[in-house]
Order: sequence, then structure tokens, then C-alpha cells
Amino acid sequence: MTVREPRDIGDAELVARCRRGEPAAWAELVDRFERYVYAIAVRGYRLSAEQAEEVFQEVFARVYEHLGTLRDDGAIRPFIGALTRRLAVDQLRAGARLKRLGDEYSTEHDSAEAFEAVERALDVQEALAGLTGECREVLDRFFVRDESYATIARALEIAPGTVASRISRCLSKLAKELEGRNLGPGPSGERTR
Amino acid sequence: MSGSSRSYEEEGVAQSLRALRPAPAAWVQAAKELPAARRELDGIVERARADAAYRSAVLKDLEGSLRHAGHGDDVMRAAALRARLSAIPQPGSV
Repeated sequence: MTVREPRDIGDAELVARCRRGEPAAWAELVDRFERYVYAIAVRGYRLSAEQAEEVFQEVFARVYEHLGTLRDDGAIRPFIGALTRRLAVDQLRAGARLKRLGDEYSTEHDSAEAFEAVERALDVQEALAGLTGECREVLDRFFVRDESYATIARALEIAPGTVASRISRCLSKLAKELEGRNLGPGPSGERTR
Repeated sequence: MSGSSRSYEEEGVAQSLRALRPAPAAWVQAAKELPAARRELDGIVERARADAAYRSAVLKDLEGSLRHAGHGDDVMRAAALRARLSAIPQPGSV
């Protein structure tokens, strides 16, 4: 029997491995959700860097503490999402940014759209895991890290003209992967025990 | 599906990719090191539970103790350790 790498397993199995104390599993859990937590704090609630860092560290500390008491390992994503939102609101309250009712309404209204965008973005990131390493890398470099064609070409040792076509091909694959996920069953998040 | 709707869909996917920026590398690294850091702090607390002199020495110089354990100047960690050490019942305390 082959043991799959943490990167290739569903959320439920990843959580189970974290609970067993596998360092690689915990590192993967952080990698899988760090952008999500960061996006909720910064895009959803517009926390300052200092507040966002506090929320970020507290979220992962609490996730670690609650590994043994989660009701559904496969539901780690909504757990992390709800926890991040709660801690972010605590930060805002502590900073007295929600003092006035008008401010509160405005913040919540703005956040709803931002949260939706963050959830969609995480769906896309999860679908990205279904592509080849070559596609993951070129899409990440171009869209997330804002690298130019020339920089990507140098890093990947390919012709600059090939970069654009590779991005286009990989983006198309990613869109198809997402379409497949929406039509088919969800990611393999079943517990194996 | 028409070509135009496909490209619109891909534009949406591209926007979503742009939306999820990585957190600062140092934050991610700290989160990854959390289990090891917890184990070390647990070790300090366990020892302090058994050795009152050690407990007061650590409380007297929390930052120094943390640096010695390889944690650098981490204010949050120091506060957490102080809270855990202060919660240890002392001989003679009610």
C-alpha cells in the first residue's frame, strides 16, 4: 500500500494525520489554509497588518488545540472560516472600529461580498491542486505573485513566448477542473477509519 | 459552450487566483512551528510544576527563558507562558 503525500489527501484525512502528530501534515494544513485565513482577515475585515497577524496566529493555535475535538474532520474549512471571522470581529471590537452602528452596517455589508469572493477563491485554489505541478507553478507566478512573462520564462527556463500560451492552457484546464468539481462529487474528504 | 462564455469564465478564475494572496512568509513559518513550540512550552510548564525555584526563575526572566528555548522575542508566547506559569498552584497558596 502506498502512503499518499499530505498534499494529495482530502481535508478529513489531513486532519486525522495532524491529530496523529505528523509534522508534514500540520505543515500542509497551514499551507492549505494560510491564504484563506489571510484573505478573510485582510480582504473581508480590512484588518491592519498587526491585527491580521494576531488573528492569523490565533486561528492556527486554536485549530491545533481543537484537533482532538472537531465534530467533523471533513468540515475543517468552515470551522477555520468561522473561527477567523469571529477572531477578526473581536479584533475590530478591541480596536473600537465598530463603535457606531453605521460603521457596523457598512463593515458587514462590505464583508459579505468580500467573503463570497474569498470562498470562490479557495474553491479555485483547491481545484488548482488537481493540475500538474507545471500548471500550478505558472499560474501562481503570474496571477498571485505578479511576475512578468520575462521573469517566469527565466525561472522556468522556457522561451518568453511559451509563457503566455502555457498560462492560457493551464487556465483553461483549471476552469475545466472547477466545472468537473461542480458537476461531480466533492473532494475526497471522507475519513478513512 | 461558446468561446466568449468560456473566456469570461476563465477571467473569473483568474480573478479568484489573484484574490488569494499568500500571507507573509514569517507568519506561515510561525504557524508551522506551532506544534514544536507548544511541546517546548509544555516542557517548561511541566518542569515549573515540579520545581518552584525553576518556576520563579522563568517568571523573573520570561523573555530570556524563551530565547534560551529558541523562541526569540515573541510577546504573545511570553504572555501565554506567563499565564500558564501563574496558574500553577504554589505551596502554601489557598
